[in-house]
Amino acid sequence: MPDDVVVGEIITCPDCGTDFEVSEVKEKGVSIKPAETVGEDWGE
Amino acid sequence: MTTLALMYDRIRWEEKVLTKTAEAGGLNVNRVDAKTVSLDSDWSIEETREKFGDIVLQRCISYFRGLHTTAFLESKGLNVINSMDVTLTCGNKLLTTLKLEKAKVPTPRTLLSFTEDSALKSLQILGYPAVLKPVTGSWGRLVVQLKDKDTAQAMLEMRSRMEGSLNQIFYIQEMVERPPRDIRTIVAGDHIIAALYRYAPEGEWRTNISTGGKGEICKVTGELEDVVLRAAETVGGGLLGVDAMESPEGILVHEVNNTVEFKGAASVCDVDIPGAIIEYILKQARR
Repeated sequence: MPDDVVVGEIITCPDCGTDFEVSEVKEKGVSIKPAETVGEDWGE
Repeated sequence: MTTLALMYDRIRWEEKVLTKTAEAGGLNVNRVDAKTVSLDSDWSIEETREKFGDIVLQRCISYFRGLHTTAFLESKGLNVINSMDVTLTCGNKLLTTLKLEKAKVPTPRTLLSFTEDSALKSLQILGYPAVLKPVTGSWGRLVVQLKDKDTAQAMLEMRSRMEGSLNQIFYIQEMVERPPRDIRTIVAGDHIIAALYRYAPEGEWRTNISTGGKGEICKVTGELEDVVLRAAETVGGGLLGVDAMESPEGILVHEVNNTVEFKGAASVCDVDIPGAIIEYILKQARR
């Protein structure tokens, strides 16, 4: 987990590789929710 | 204090560094998650400005989400970088090609078809090898090289069986003879901030950093600057990632990206890319 983690950032489970989105940054730790899967219109 | 609304749907390295740089430059940053908004057509310009900010930097990773939020905010009088017209053009490879062609910016020859059979006819005209690309999307995803008719038939059949109407648009481009690299330039208005060569990794022909491509500093020549800035201008200008190739006939532009990623460029270029982007936004905010 980066020290400067922010809401909306994606973190990846080091064990299973699943992506989660940070939904809340708390004093100790964060809350997470499953991240969106890549859409066909995703890109830069 | 000027408030910059940073519209996002996923915070990448770029959004974090842009936030920090904007705050250091004296901007108040309001990060807005496009996945959570409820936009009301009844809002006044003042209400919209109060909820979002004075100027908007559109950073949505989803093209359609970005396009629609930009359309809404622009209609309410907010200055969005990039504009809806620019987003509409750059998010669709065909619209980009057409604008480049019209402005006589060198770009690969492109044929368009809407069925497997007509796509094969297009390939007969263009010849093999050719490149099949999705009309929207990025990172080299679903971009395939069609080396011969057998490969083409297989790929076209697969694409036609995929869900989604966009998958039924067959955007087929000539395979440009080029070194195993292309050039990513990052443009802010009428200025190239940074340029890098992107080398395809071994066993891969696509040069996207997301497919393992490696970056190296690229010197901006007069020709590169001329072609890239004309491409940026013809799609409407703004903060753009203009991708070019070195063909035997000279520089060609094959793609213009409207929510440019620059982590790869920042790792090789000796330029403060986020600083230059924020400087551009500040200039736009003062206009």
